[in-house]
Parts: sequence; C-alpha cells; structure tokens
Amino acid sequence: MKKRLKTLFLLFVLTTLTIALSGCAGDKEDDGSSSITIGIPQDLDSLDPHKAVAAGTKEVLFNIFEGLVKPDSEGNLVPAVASEVIPSEDGKVYTFTLREGVLFHDGSVVTVEDVKYSLERCADTSNGDPLVPAFSNIENIETPDEATIIVTLKEPDTDFLAYMTTAIIPASNASPETDPIGTGPYKYVSWTPQEEVILVRNDDYWGTPAHIENITIKIIADTDAIITGLNAGSIDFYARLSSAQVDQLSDNFEIYEGTMNLVQALYLNNDEAPFDDVRVRQALCYAIDPQEIMDLIFDGKGTELGSSMFPAFSKYYMEELNHTYDQDIDKAKELLADAGYPDGFSFTITVPSNYQPHIDTAQVLVEQFKAIGVDAKINLVEWDSWLSDVYGGRQFQSTVVGVDASTLTASALLSRFVSDASNNFINYDNAAYDAAYARAMGTTDDAERVAAYKECETILSEDAANVYIQDLAEFVAINKKYAGYEFYPLYVQDFSKLYIVEE
Amino acid sequence: MKQLGKRGITMIVTLVVVSFLVFLAFDVIPGDAATSKLGTQATPERVEALREEMGLNRPFLVRYGTWLAGFVKGDMGTSYSYSRPVKGMVADKVPITVTLMVLAFILVVAISIPLGIYAARYQGRFLDRLIGVIDQIIMAVPPFFSGIIITVLFGVLLKWFTPGGFVSYTKNWGAFLGYMIFPAIAIALPKIAMAVKLLRTSILEEIGKDYVRTAYSRGNKTKQVLYRHVLKNALIPVITFLGMALSDMVAGSIIIEQVFNIPGLGRILLTSISNRDYPVVEAIIMLIAALVIIVNFVVDALYRVIDPRMRRS
Repeated sequence: MKKRLKTLFLLFVLTTLTIALSGCAGDKEDDGSSSITIGIPQDLDSLDPHKAVAAGTKEVLFNIFEGLVKPDSEGNLVPAVASEVIPSEDGKVYTFTLREGVLFHDGSVVTVEDVKYSLERCADTSNGDPLVPAFSNIENIETPDEATIIVTLKEPDTDFLAYMTTAIIPASNASPETDPIGTGPYKYVSWTPQEEVILVRNDDYWGTPAHIENITIKIIADTDAIITGLNAGSIDFYARLSSAQVDQLSDNFEIYEGTMNLVQALYLNNDEAPFDDVRVRQALCYAIDPQEIMDLIFDGKGTELGSSMFPAFSKYYMEELNHTYDQDIDKAKELLADAGYPDGFSFTITVPSNYQPHIDTAQVLVEQFKAIGVDAKINLVEWDSWLSDVYGGRQFQSTVVGVDASTLTASALLSRFVSDASNNFINYDNAAYDAAYARAMGTTDDAERVAAYKECETILSEDAANVYIQDLAEFVAINKKYAGYEFYPLYVQDFSKLYIVEE
Repeated sequence: MKQLGKRGITMIVTLVVVSFLVFLAFDVIPGDAATSKLGTQATPERVEALREEMGLNRPFLVRYGTWLAGFVKGDMGTSYSYSRPVKGMVADKVPITVTLMVLAFILVVAISIPLGIYAARYQGRFLDRLIGVIDQIIMAVPPFFSGIIITVLFGVLLKWFTPGGFVSYTKNWGAFLGYMIFPAIAIALPKIAMAVKLLRTSILEEIGKDYVRTAYSRGNKTKQVLYRHVLKNALIPVITFLGMALSDMVAGSIIIEQVFNIPGLGRILLTSISNRDYPVVEAIIMLIAALVIIVNFVVDALYRVIDPRMRRS
C-alpha cells in the first residue's frame, strides 16, 4: 500500500513537471508573422461601435471602425471614408464626397447607402434619445448620386463635423453586435470576454496600412498583474500607467509621457449648502495648491487646470485661469467668515473606489482644507454607485473625478454646465454662462465662437463652479522591440502606427 | 434512494432561496445594468430607454419570475453587458475554474495524506517537528500572498512560467495546465498544511484506542495496523475537512484568478457584479451553490463507504 502511494506520488510529480515544461515550450511558438500583445484595463462593453459607450471600448474600436472623417494625432479632423467635406457658409449643410474604392472588412465596397444607414441608425429616435445625441439636430440625409452625401441640419452647428467620426458600417450586416465589420486598419477576429480581443491587419485598407499583422489585446484588471505581465514579457504595450507603476518597470521599456486629457477637479454640488454660496466655493479654491497635489502623488507630473478645459484643446485653453486662485489661506478664511462660516464646516467628498489617483488626490485635499478649518471626509463608493447616486441622482456634496471630452469639440466639456443640461451633475446654474454658451452655439464665425467659449471658461473659473485641479499625467510603456506610439487629444489608441524595431 | 430524493429536494429549495437572495441584493444595491452600461453618457432619457429595452423597468417579482422560469427550462438568459447568451459565456469559463480546483485538490490529497501519515508514524522525531513548524507558517499565509510569492519565485526569478501569460485550454491544453499548476499550488498550500495537521492528530488519537491494542495482540505488524485499521477511522475527519476545503477553494480561486490574471469564473463573477449583470451572476452563483451541495452529498456518501456504522443510521 505504502509503495503504491509512493509510486503514485512520484508519478504525479513527474506529470506535473512535464506539463510545466511543455507549458514553457508552448509560449514561444512563432510563425514568422509580426505580432504585439497589448494590455487594457477593462473589458469591452460592446462590439457595436454605435452602442459602445465606455471610453476603454472606443479606444479599441478606433482601430476597426472609421467615420466619414477621423481625428488625427494633432486634433484635426481629416477625411476618412469621405474624401472631401464641404460645409456650407451658414453651417447648416455638410456635403461629403465618398472616397472611391473604400472596402469593408468583408470585401464589399462602401456605398452611400451604407453611410446613410449608419448615420440614420445613430439618429434614430424611436428608442427615446438618438444614439449620438448631437444627431437630433439632423434635418435630413440625402444621397443625390453614387458618391455624394448631403447632411442638412435644423440649426447651424459649426462643430457638427466632430460628430461625423461616427462609424460607417455596412447596411447589410444584420448583427453588428457579434460580427463587427468596419473600414479601419484592423479587422476583428475574435473576442473572449474577460480574456482577449484579437485583431488582424486589414490588407485592403484605403490609407497607409498598419505595420504589425496580429494584435492580441489582453484584458488585465489587476494593477500588479499589469506590472508583472509587462516585466515578464507577456504584454508588450500598456497605456495609462501611473508614475508609481512606471517606477516598477524594468528598463526594457520605452516610456512616453502625456496627459490623460481630462479635467480632474473637486466637483461641487452647487445646489447643496454650503456650496450654493460662491464665497465658500472660492474659499476652497484658495485653500488648495494643485502643484502640491502633483508633487505628492504624481512625482510633480501633470498639468494644472483653472477651468473645464485642458491644454490639448489649444484653441480654447486659457492658461491664465490657473492663477484665478493662487493658494492664499488668509483670503480663504476671510471668505469663509464672510459667508458665515468663521469656524469652517464639514463636508463629504465622494470618490469612486476604482481609481487610485482620484482617491489619493482627495486625501491631499482633505489635508489642505484643514488649514482653513474645513473638515472634509472621504466616502469611497463603488463605480456603479457613483454613477447612479452621484452622476445620475446628483445626491452628493462633492466628488473628485476626471471629466473627459467625447468628441473633438469644446462643447463636449462645456455643454454640461448649462443650467438645463441633462448631464449637469453639479447643478450649475448661471444665467451669464447659459447666455455665453448659447452665443457660442449660435454663431458660425469661428473667432466669435472661440471668444464665447473662452468667456464660458472664465465664468466657470471666477464663479468657482468647481475646485479645478489638474489634467493627470499618463505614461505609456512600450517594449523597446516596438516603437511608433502617438498621443491623441482624444481617448483613443492608434495601433496602426506601431511598428517593430529592427534589431 | 429515498435519501437521494430528500437530497434532491433540499438542493432545489436551497438553490431557489440562494437565487432569490442574489436577486434581492441586486435590487437593494445602487445602480443597475442600464446605468452601468451607459456610464457618464447617461441621460435620464437614455437610461429609461435602455431599461425599457433590457426589461429592467418591470417590477422586482416579475423580473425574478421571468428569470426563474427561464432558468428552470435551461435558459440562463442573455448577459446585459455582453449581449451574449449567459450559458455559452459561463460554459467557456467552467473548465478553467474547475481545472484550477481539481489540480489544487489533487495536490492537497496527494501531498497531505502521505505527509500526515509520516508525521504521525514518526511522532516527535526531527522531521515530524519540522513538518509541524512549516505547517504553522504555511497555514498563516493567505493564498493571494503565496500567489504573489510563487509569481516572483517561479515566474520572475526561475522563469518556469510567464506571469500573466495565461494560455486558454482551447488553444493548448499542455500550456494551459502548465500555467494553472502554479495558482493551484497557491490555493492548495494552506489546505495541505491543515490536512496534514488534522490527519496527524487524528491518527495519534486512534492509535491510543483499544481496538488498536487488540489488533496488535492478534499479531499484526505496525504497518498493517496503521493502514488497515487506524487509517480508515482516522480519515473520517479528514474527509469532512476535504469536503469543506473543496467548497472553500471555489472562493479561493476567485481571488487567485485575479493574482494570476486568469479569466475564469471568478473574474467574470466580479466584473458582472460591478456591471450589475445579474443573469451572469445568478448563473455562476447557482453553479457554485450546486457544486457545494453536491460535494457535501459526496462526502456523506463516502462516510458510508468507509464507516459501516453510518450505513445503519
């Protein structure tokens, strides 16, 4: 009996070893084609480009789908599926010429019907709001000939082109949710939820084709697993790392530094006492020092912000607003005393628990507020609770988050502060702001619009709508075997620019 | 047979109660699949439209009833966040987590039983004491921590496997098992330590009993007494423990899957909870609950095989 047990045990150890060794061999298969493994933090929420909402999904789909126009790395909109765009003088009619010979991934040619179908699918109001809210402004879409699409708007909107990045999909595709077909530089191969997404190069791409043939996108939720994965070589590329994570990487990596393109602030519920008093809001702005936050948590990296606009939108960004409130404890105390809080007050900062930089920032804020006698408490909530209670329900006093822009327009950041905007989660209500924003929307003159947007930003800053902090620094780590990473002013990752460095 | 029927009924009742509690929990916590899916793009109109589309605006009991009716017929519904049938999604992940558990369980049985017997037989000697000390240390280390140590030791330093380099069983079984053995060790370690200690104590307790003296007096050798008589009795508490350990490993695997970046049931369960994707959560919880009940049943059956006294009652 004992002998048999011993034999069994030995057998078991041997099998295990064999398996372990064969496992090592299996990792190194190579069929000569170029490939890269990319890590992303969250799983996709949909493969349908019109229905996907998560920023993390859109940055992957950016490589599969294209609109009539698409953003480039400098923030311009360049023709994609369309070869030419002619906006009318009054900003009401947009005429697109279809690029000749653009093929979908299934081999069929893109027709004006496909374009019309895609745009109409997003403008459809039968389910309440259209999929792209800005499309509610579309009067009609005409296709007078085989190569022309004319979009007519109800109201003039010179920013409208930014929404024409909406993906063009074939009208014949009955199941875009499971079988995504686009025109982009990469084709979809497969998606295993929570595991990986596989893409392959589109060799029939109309533009400059991608360099790398096969892309494996791995979903890695755990932050430690990201670092070990990078160091061990199971991932070659990861965007959106923090400076603390970068410090743990081996020197096999090229590190690119950029900004996340979001407005991190202590967002204040302007409806809730004591934040309904502008003096209290200003006092909080005077009490904090964004540079100290960046120094303490982000190794001094990041860009200070003074309003709801980040530097990537260079046309609209106003650096001078960073100095509306330079740290001044006495002034802050004075303002508090004026507002009837000579001994300070206490309030709660609600922070989504899934994002460490915001939690760390809130902790520094708590310390900084102590100097003016304000006692802040941090309440960590799960992301979904944050969405439903804070963002949707507006049941909060203050919250630290980053707000990003979904399109290449200033209105993507500023529209939410119009008093009746449905996503105005801070309940901001300022007649002067509403007027300035309406002026920006109503004009077709570019200079006038920029001036109106800048007025909006100035109002937000001077009225201390929120305690603005920074645009967070982000780091991209790419194995030195690869190069070609480019930052975009939007939340996208362009895999087609990546290439293998010759050794 | 009558026993089996009784068990079956208990199982069904338990599953229904569990599924109801899960449903209730999702109704109480803030947010639902619609707000979760829309994220910061949510406007009240869009959330309402999506709720309507997903059927989330129906009353609680109607939703539960519909789900239960579907589940009984074998239809686990469609995932809200993935828009795919739940059955296929869960079925893809089951082999991963089950492999992890089976590997860990094999490790526990194959290592703890010989070690326990050895420690008891050479009680008080140097090796027994050494095993005792190591046991204490391993027992105190939680699996997620030993997981990190294993990753650093075998993955980063010895390079026996690539951390994060999980290979799906659909692609390469060998590579898959080669990767899974390391998380399995992490889960198995504390259980091995406990099982060794338990078996050692249990054997020593049995050895002092009258029937052992009788067995000796009938001329049996130590080996024969140990394996034929003592072990049979001493194993009973160990089997109880192994049963509990197997159920516990389900929970252990959920954590260890995060450490080793394994896309198994645990990972999809966690994501689905945060996505408020209750059809997926229900399916996985039902699976785990059923598994726990079945394991308990098997343990009871094993008692009867080993101990004839139990067959009577």
